[in-house]
Amino acid sequence: MIAKEKSGEQELFVSGHRACHGCGMALSVGHILKATGKDVIVVTPTGCLETFTSPYGYSPWRVPWIHHLFENGPSIASGVAAALKAQGRIHVRVLVIGGDGATFDIGFGALSGMLERGDDVLYICVDNGAYMNTGGQRSGASPMYSSTTTDPAGKISPGKSQMKKDLPAIIAAHGAPYVATASVAYLKDLEKKVKKAMEYHGPRYIQIDTPCPSVWGFSPDRTLEIGRLGVQSGLIPIIEMQGGMLTNVLKIKKKIPVEEYLKSQKRFSHLFRDGQHQKEIEKIQALADINIQKYGLLKDVEDKR
Amino acid sequence: MQETEVLEGSEAVAFAVKACRPQVISAYPISPQTHIVEALARMIADGEMDSEYVRVESEFSAASVISGASAAGSRSYTASSSQGLLLMTEVLYASAGMRLPFVITGVNRAISVPISIQVDHQDTISLRDSGVIQFYVESSQEAYDTHIAAFKIAEDPGILLPVSVCMDGWILTHSYERVSFLEQEEVDRFLPPFKPKNFLDVNDPKSWGSYAEEDVLMEFKYSIHRAMQYGKERIKEIFSELATITGRDHGGLIEAYRTRDAEVILVAMGSMVGTIKEAIDKLRSQGQRVGLIKIRCYRPFPFEDILDNIKVAKVVAVMDANFSMGSEGALGMDLKAKLCGRRGAPLVLDCVAGLGGREVNEKRVLEIVERAREVEESGLPLDEPYWAGLRPEILPEGAENDRQGKIG
Amino acid sequence: MKITLGAVVKGGTSLNYKTGSWRDQRPVLNIELCKACGVCESVCPDGAVHLVNEAYRIGYDYCKGCGLCAYECPADAIQMVAEEK
Repeated sequence: MIAKEKSGEQELFVSGHRACHGCGMALSVGHILKATGKDVIVVTPTGCLETFTSPYGYSPWRVPWIHHLFENGPSIASGVAAALKAQGRIHVRVLVIGGDGATFDIGFGALSGMLERGDDVLYICVDNGAYMNTGGQRSGASPMYSSTTTDPAGKISPGKSQMKKDLPAIIAAHGAPYVATASVAYLKDLEKKVKKAMEYHGPRYIQIDTPCPSVWGFSPDRTLEIGRLGVQSGLIPIIEMQGGMLTNVLKIKKKIPVEEYLKSQKRFSHLFRDGQHQKEIEKIQALADINIQKYGLLKDVEDKR
Repeated sequence: MQETEVLEGSEAVAFAVKACRPQVISAYPISPQTHIVEALARMIADGEMDSEYVRVESEFSAASVISGASAAGSRSYTASSSQGLLLMTEVLYASAGMRLPFVITGVNRAISVPISIQVDHQDTISLRDSGVIQFYVESSQEAYDTHIAAFKIAEDPGILLPVSVCMDGWILTHSYERVSFLEQEEVDRFLPPFKPKNFLDVNDPKSWGSYAEEDVLMEFKYSIHRAMQYGKERIKEIFSELATITGRDHGGLIEAYRTRDAEVILVAMGSMVGTIKEAIDKLRSQGQRVGLIKIRCYRPFPFEDILDNIKVAKVVAVMDANFSMGSEGALGMDLKAKLCGRRGAPLVLDCVAGLGGREVNEKRVLEIVERAREVEESGLPLDEPYWAGLRPEILPEGAENDRQGKIG
Repeated sequence: MKITLGAVVKGGTSLNYKTGSWRDQRPVLNIELCKACGVCESVCPDGAVHLVNEAYRIGYDYCKGCGLCAYECPADAIQMVAEEK
């Protein structure tokens, strides 16, 4: 057995998982479980997280964990929550940690049902904006003008021509008591939000921006850096909604132009290749500016200017 | 003294489910299943029953909720029908793989298109390969009794598989029959609380739903098959244990009806069996040696029990209320696959009977027996299954040359 | 090894799979420069960095060599060096 000295308490998500180098998703999970503590049952729908943590006989999960199918994470969680209630195991809570494909697309109906019923589940979407487990296909979470393998940039296409689905708003509209976004670039904020979400009962949602070196196309040591650029550009707003109202935002320290974010990743490289995509870049900048205005992401001084 | 009441088949099922004390029930409406979950909802609303009742947004979630609940260690139940059962397909395969012992009532109804609420077995037969144990019942009483047995069978440590009790829509779910009920204490003695060895437990964290490859995947599949094969004897034991309590013996995996010296044996399942028995009685009174095998347990397939009862038969006429397009009906295929190459095996006449709600009446049963006699005389199997009661006159041009039902 | 019922496995067993073999860049921590701030531990996606006797250590059993710790270290105390194979 491996003699491992630990800096803190016993880890709930241990080493030996098979995530790619610099995986933002793997990084987020350790912090999520640090915040929840051990009395949780985790449901993970099919996707990267499921694949890299489930080779038979090698599980990094030190909390009870279940992967069932791709589109039923929320309803498996509802069933677990119902069972816990029936058994009187009230100190145990239910957590879903699933990717954006499972959350935004294939499991969306089940998620809506879980939210509408008010089931006591914290749903965490580790969002990397495409189907990474199958090599990076377009999802409802893919950002505008990103190139994915099923919506690639080409001679006549600038990549995905639709906006990312505004899932936090849709979930808030279901009446979920706590909805937040977070980023692996701001791990303390992430942990704080998970802890806060655990104080609520009913359906709660946290969407974490988890940059993916392998498919976004950047060096694996830059996972947090890319996350920071996304947040500081305004493209990834970090917000909190309680009772459907916007209650808190992570202010941008120093606003950067979206180009800085886009240029850092291969999935947007087509926008800079031939100088023909100024319009698309402007549109992405407009999306960032709308976020900044809508959520008040700039410090007050800058807001007024 | 058992309490007896005349009530709707759906309600009888709901009473059986209530007596089994499921901790979690999920519900989604679809005809002709809906009355079952409605009856359970009323019992809960009136405080007569203590279960978590999850009103899901689809059958996919209905099956998923009880899968999650079962993995968390709760006895769980749902019911569905037709398209709803097909929508559950993926969940049922996965849950059988995880060895989750919940119970589903599969109320039989045809599959679209054309959309129809007529009864046939295409829906549950489409799930035959999933690893879910399947029972088919003939009456509301049998439905009541089989549901109580179903939970015990599902939860048997040597089985641990989902169980589906299949019952014909409308004919059973919506007709009124006299049904006898067990006392709650009797059910409690027969069916102790569900205490699985594996469940989602924070004090002993385990992982469910691994990724496996070619080095072990085949063994996992084989294990399910093995649990089914072991199940054959265990199911019979559980059925007879229940029969001693109820005083009602519906049979084991099959019910053999007047088969001992029968030259022609019909094989069928579901509510059409009652009509067939009456037709057989009539033929017997005319001196014809005809019998019936009613399939009670379709998966695992009770081949050994069938074989024991067809030893002297010349022709076995299988009545399938389902069809595998481009091939044959499921029961016929199962039986022929097992008979093939056995010395002295009877000929099999494949009939499609009761598909899409087409009535199976005495006349039709007699036609099938007559056709069986023709097969017996010719000594040759059919080219193509016989679609009993098919109306060739309304088919598009050219159907007159079809080989359907032709001998040799 | 016998297969388990329903493929249910014990949690924490991935420790038996050493992902260190994936590494082609090795992070080397200069203890002189280290301010023991804990960023390296916090940003490691593989749980490979730990505090041992009040000093941070990189566990090469699991470190895949992504370089996140080196990039994020505010004291520039971690250097990535090519792994000798």
